[in-house]
Amino acid sequence: MSTITTIDDVTGPELVSLDLAAHDARSAIEELTALFERAGRVTDRTAYAEAVWAREQETGGTGMESGIAIPHAKSSAVARPSVAFGRSATGVGFGAEDGTPADLIFLIAAPEGADDLHVTLLSRLARRLIHQEFRTALRQADSPRAVIDIIRREVQL
Amino acid sequence: MKFVAVTSCPTGIAHSEMAAEALEQAASSKGHDIVVEVQGASGAPPIDPQTIAAADAVIFAVDATVRDRDRFAHLPSVEVRTREAIDRAAAILDRAAAAAQAAPTDRPAQAPTPQAAAVTTSAGAGRGEEVRRWLMTGVSYMIPFVVAGGILIAIAFAVGGAVDVTEVTIIDDGAVRFPGDVDAGILTWLGAVLLTIGSTAFSMLVPILAGFIAYAMADRPGIAPGIVGGLIANEIGAGFLGGMVAGLLAGAIVNALKRIPVRGTLQRMMPILVYPLVGVLAVGGLMVLVVGEPVATANQALSDWLTGLSGTNQIVLGVLIGLMMAFDMGGPVNKVAYTFGIAALDAGSFEIMAAVMAAGMTPPLGMALATVLRPSLYNQAEVRAGEAAWIMGASFITEGAIPFAAADPLRVIPSLMAGSAITGALSLLFDATLRAPHGGVWVVGVIGNWALYLVAIAAGTAVTAVTVNVLKSLRSVQAEPARTTEGVTVGA
Repeated sequence: MSTITTIDDVTGPELVSLDLAAHDARSAIEELTALFERAGRVTDRTAYAEAVWAREQETGGTGMESGIAIPHAKSSAVARPSVAFGRSATGVGFGAEDGTPADLIFLIAAPEGADDLHVTLLSRLARRLIHQEFRTALRQADSPRAVIDIIRREVQL
Repeated sequence: MKFVAVTSCPTGIAHSEMAAEALEQAASSKGHDIVVEVQGASGAPPIDPQTIAAADAVIFAVDATVRDRDRFAHLPSVEVRTREAIDRAAAILDRAAAAAQAAPTDRPAQAPTPQAAAVTTSAGAGRGEEVRRWLMTGVSYMIPFVVAGGILIAIAFAVGGAVDVTEVTIIDDGAVRFPGDVDAGILTWLGAVLLTIGSTAFSMLVPILAGFIAYAMADRPGIAPGIVGGLIANEIGAGFLGGMVAGLLAGAIVNALKRIPVRGTLQRMMPILVYPLVGVLAVGGLMVLVVGEPVATANQALSDWLTGLSGTNQIVLGVLIGLMMAFDMGGPVNKVAYTFGIAALDAGSFEIMAAVMAAGMTPPLGMALATVLRPSLYNQAEVRAGEAAWIMGASFITEGAIPFAAADPLRVIPSLMAGSAITGALSLLFDATLRAPHGGVWVVGVIGNWALYLVAIAAGTAVTAVTVNVLKSLRSVQAEPARTTEGVTVGA
């Protein structure tokens, strides 16, 4: 039905920001959503960002004590399954239990009818985030291209 | 120690997977065995029952409902939110180990408690969304029966001739009849065998739909009352809509039984004796005594009314036949229209039969086209069902559209009716005729004015496909604000 799905279908250097300007969770979500919109992956930027933000508030935030946050939403405003990555020098509060600010932020966008391969891909990416080495590599990456290379290496199907 | 774990979250993409990975990592660094079942979007297989039986404890790292929770009822358990498992997997394993040690060693093996089997409502899911999940569960178990039965029947028509195969009985009063025993050619015999198998698969559509709607609502105790209710829906000719009623009734009744507070011996009797007995009796009683008679009466009334309309405007008659054929696809209303066509055929009038068949072909064809035009509006199972629906539609197996209708009745059924109404009217307008009671494209040789007949079918197919896709995309737009506040479009 579809062609082979790879990580390059869901993300790319144009969806990576190594120096987020945002100082709070909401503007970080909006900043990364803008990358989606520019790449044509989200049709309605406001609707999508609102969906993500509503979920953040409802669950108390997707921040983890390891410094990662994975705000995400499934929405019809999403054109294709996509992942954006933002790194923040200061960290942004995403509601981790112990208050650790998140410096590695993965914004995940899934359309309403995402197919299995894409879901599998997003799931594998989520699983890798548990690993210290992956997080360290992301913290040390010096270019958007390098970030994508690291992700591709970790999430090969 | 040996642990089993279940992780789940509403979107099933991120948190459930991360919690699973964190638990696996922590277990391997502490030298424990763990098997994790991720109840997420990627549909991981359930844990082997032997692994569960051998486990010392179960960990639930969940933000949403656990499916089939009663499998774990005999194990000491620790329940946390997914984020706790992600942040502190090692500490949670310690808690599970402590729970295992504290548990009595003579614990009864496999004694599921009714409380543990109760289905909890996933946090924040809207009522409509929840009903949709029940229906979708029933549909997903039904689809293999639709596909197998539909395609086998289509092949039977192609191989043996659509009319001939129905006139050969293969299993006659317990005896199987081989080619030498029947007054028909080998191909007809072969087609009749295929038809027998396919029809048997089809006879399970409604029971399976009902049984697994009830399963989604009330877990395993729902299955028996649901299936029996579905069989009765077949028996009283209530069709798949009757089956949906049976499934919802069964789920609701079993859930109500689960809320009865009981203790001691009686508590152990509930899942073994009370749920099956009372559930089947209550659903069966309602289906036979309450649903059965009104369906029969309504059928008769509808049938009389349609017969009375015979002399009126052909276009009106075609529209009505179309609406009825598509309304319940093999259910009572459809049967009235179909029987009306057969009666006209017997009386030597071939136009009505043509309209009946055309209007019965467009529902599966329309849904097949709809899934091709906008696959993003359908889930994986529906896209597959759409592929098979081409063959079923072409063979006048209207049931091919049932999976779509049962999953989203309020949008799909009106769309099917619109397309079939157009096709029914056009078929009569074009004076198309049909001298066979069924068969679809396989009986094209006995269709009069067949070129325009195909135009009529194509028109209805297009109307259905466009209408259903518009209605479905309106839903995703309109539902957006409401759903974000309820938090069902988005996941933890």
